[in-house]
Amino acid sequence: MISLTIDGRAVTVPEGGTLLDGCRELGIDTPTLCWAKTLTPVNVCRVCVVELEGSRTLVPSCARKAEAGMVVRTDSPRVQASRKGVLELLASSVDTSTAPTLVAFAKRYGADPLRYGPPAPPATDRDARESGHHHVGSGEVADTVHQPMKVDNGLYVRDYGKCITCYKCVEACGTDAQNTFAIAIAGRGFDARVSTEFDVTLDDSACVYCGNCVQVCPTGALMFKSERDARDAGTWDESQQTTTRTICPFCGVGCTLELTVQDNKILRVMSPPEASVTSGNLCVKGRFGVVHVSETP
Amino acid sequence: MDLHLPNAQPTPEERAAVAAVVGEESPLGWGLADVRARRHELLEVLHELQRRVGHISAGALAEIARRLGVPPAEAYGVASFYHLFRLKPGPPRIVHVCQDISCQMAGAGNLLQEGRKVAGTRASCVAGPCLGLCDQAPAIMVSQSGASPFERACGKADVDTVVRAVLDENPPEAGPANVAATPGHRRLLRRVGVVDPMSESAYAASGGWRALARALEIGPQGVIAEVTASRLMGRGGAAFPTGRKWAAVAAQSARPHWLVCNADESEPGTFKDRVILEGDPFALVEAMTIAGVATGCERGILYLRGEYPLAHERMANAIMAARTSGKLGANVLGSGVAFDLEIRRGAGAYICGEETALFASIEGYRGEPRSKPPFPVERGVFGKPTVINTVETLVNVLDIVTDGGAAYASIGTAASTGTRLFCVSGAVARPGLVEVPFGVRLADVVDLAGGLREGATLQAILLGGAAGTMVGPEALDWPVTFEGMRERGATLGSGVVVLIDDAADGMALLRRIAAFFRDESCGQCVPCRVGTVRQEELLTRAATGRAWADDGERLQQLDQVMRDASICGLGQTASSVVMSAKNRFPHWWGAS
Repeated sequence: MISLTIDGRAVTVPEGGTLLDGCRELGIDTPTLCWAKTLTPVNVCRVCVVELEGSRTLVPSCARKAEAGMVVRTDSPRVQASRKGVLELLASSVDTSTAPTLVAFAKRYGADPLRYGPPAPPATDRDARESGHHHVGSGEVADTVHQPMKVDNGLYVRDYGKCITCYKCVEACGTDAQNTFAIAIAGRGFDARVSTEFDVTLDDSACVYCGNCVQVCPTGALMFKSERDARDAGTWDESQQTTTRTICPFCGVGCTLELTVQDNKILRVMSPPEASVTSGNLCVKGRFGVVHVSETP
Repeated sequence: MDLHLPNAQPTPEERAAVAAVVGEESPLGWGLADVRARRHELLEVLHELQRRVGHISAGALAEIARRLGVPPAEAYGVASFYHLFRLKPGPPRIVHVCQDISCQMAGAGNLLQEGRKVAGTRASCVAGPCLGLCDQAPAIMVSQSGASPFERACGKADVDTVVRAVLDENPPEAGPANVAATPGHRRLLRRVGVVDPMSESAYAASGGWRALARALEIGPQGVIAEVTASRLMGRGGAAFPTGRKWAAVAAQSARPHWLVCNADESEPGTFKDRVILEGDPFALVEAMTIAGVATGCERGILYLRGEYPLAHERMANAIMAARTSGKLGANVLGSGVAFDLEIRRGAGAYICGEETALFASIEGYRGEPRSKPPFPVERGVFGKPTVINTVETLVNVLDIVTDGGAAYASIGTAASTGTRLFCVSGAVARPGLVEVPFGVRLADVVDLAGGLREGATLQAILLGGAAGTMVGPEALDWPVTFEGMRERGATLGSGVVVLIDDAADGMALLRRIAAFFRDESCGQCVPCRVGTVRQEELLTRAATGRAWADDGERLQQLDQVMRDASICGLGQTASSVVMSAKNRFPHWWGAS
């Protein structure tokens, strides 16, 4: 066990544990967006930063391993200012309409999404942008990642105007879960984006429609088509929905399914990350096959 | 790994380009283990495709996936990261026109416009970042793909040069750099412009390989002791004690150890490493060999920026010649110790000068910085203990080993030992590379470059590059030492000194620096990815007299969040010049 101090309180975490583990042990509510228990920390969203004594800059609590005697502050003005700043930058550049967690964090830290001006209109050329070049705007509007939604299959949509580039989907598609490698980050800087090779459709890519990317997406950029359709039709109504846990009927593995049901229709199938069998990962049958239960006449 | 291969087929030329790097296919089919270990060849394969075919096609990605085992989406992610690779067909001739500060002050904006007019559809004339020819501003680079490919950098370009670069079979080439040193202190530059850089025997005759012989004599511990005694500090910008770095790697039990020379010199205003790579390539081979032997590395990698074709040619020649004459290989100078070197080229990404991004790039991944700790001395390239030093740091080791660390430490000041290279450009009479002992005044550095250009009135000085500090003429009195600059809130960075006269538009320079950081951010972390965009938007408003009421406060906040919360040095310093200029030159912000 490793002993350290966070916000003046002593805490111990197991060997290999992180500062975030320490914060959670103490009940210090620490925001995270790119972190997930089942994925390798990439520490890119920077909302979990904390002040570490002796460190010139703030450090990401999700990835920084605890060391004996560390002195950490999560409540200092510096930490608060950085978290607010990061959330302001995010909220000013993406569509947060289906990202309640992000919106709640922004509210908690007093981040103003309009701090950098009104959002720029959607762009249609984001997938064709070249590294090292960009168009210089007027400065009157805040550049955004807003863009048309990609709908190229009947199972899930990719609405990258809502993407915060947290790498979770890429990790889930890669070595952290599925080992399919259908998507990766392409481009650079503000034009960095999640993409298949040459932006080919999912059908032409390596995608196997396991939907494990949808499972981990924190902003609704990846969404069941059934959910997207219901939202677009104005029929998505969380007050009318129930969540039911069951076991996938398709094979003997026994993955836990979490069905979102409205009007006797299955609109979404998730799997709880704490489920013992596959830690929230499913295959195409469990993820997208079960919805047919409600379509059978 | 069971990869899904795209339907697109490679052309015979694309197949051949990939095979030229990874070898012909075995008739028995591809062994999986073999393929898996090949990802590190990805960047070289992409270079070869760009050179022969002029772009990276979907068919080429399919071939890469098949031969290297890299998923097409990931190969696309890597190819689209670097700006020297093109992902759609285009004219075989590409002319890069540098837009960074020294070139901008010398009229690079106009060159680009004229070049584009002439180019039409016959060539691509593109804006680009610093080409490391600031001493010969404005600079361009010509690259030709296809049947007779070549790459060539050219300085002191005018409209006529750009027209020739666009149209001619044989465009002009850059000239040699001006070099100067404080009398009695020409050490790192002693052979530059004097000794034939292509001749191993000329190098040997001018005192070359003596340091290596001495290093083998005193052994690894002896070398590290001398380097530690010299108090040599890294010249890349962070000023970390070299001896401590070497000792840390030498003590690691994990094997193999790797030596990496960071020659991805891309800091705008910097050209010192280029001058050494081109002018004294054997010195770097010798210094890397000493470093490798001292720290228990059997292999070294020279990561060279993609924009340095002449340096590539000369370093490749030097490595070959050193191998032939027994300085590199299984038995270095007959000592029984093994060490060898290879070159890896970057492909246009400033961020790859950051050491962990550089490792990722070598390994065939996107050049995205990794978190530290673990530090490179523990887990560097390929996850192994790694010594990484810049070119200038390494060549210092030659004199340290030959003359002893104590003798070296007697040069300069107590806290900044040895000599330092400064890249002086802008409004000076003889822009060039200057070597001075630490402790002289900045004015002495400028004097060695011929002093201020006749008729010019000094307005500002950019110290340390785009990630450095904008200071006023009073800085000419400052001593050039690590500690002296730190006390004054400035940095020597990579030794950049750009003299800015009063004809220059200060805000235009700041906007270019902001644009540079926006282009060069890897895009991984939020503060830098979005912060660099917001910084540029804010400067655009300021430059056009449309600043919002609280933009000053907004800039302050951007600076704070980028400095405190970014993953790496790029984001942490992306607002450094802008903030220093805001304090020192408030009138650049217009009426306010």
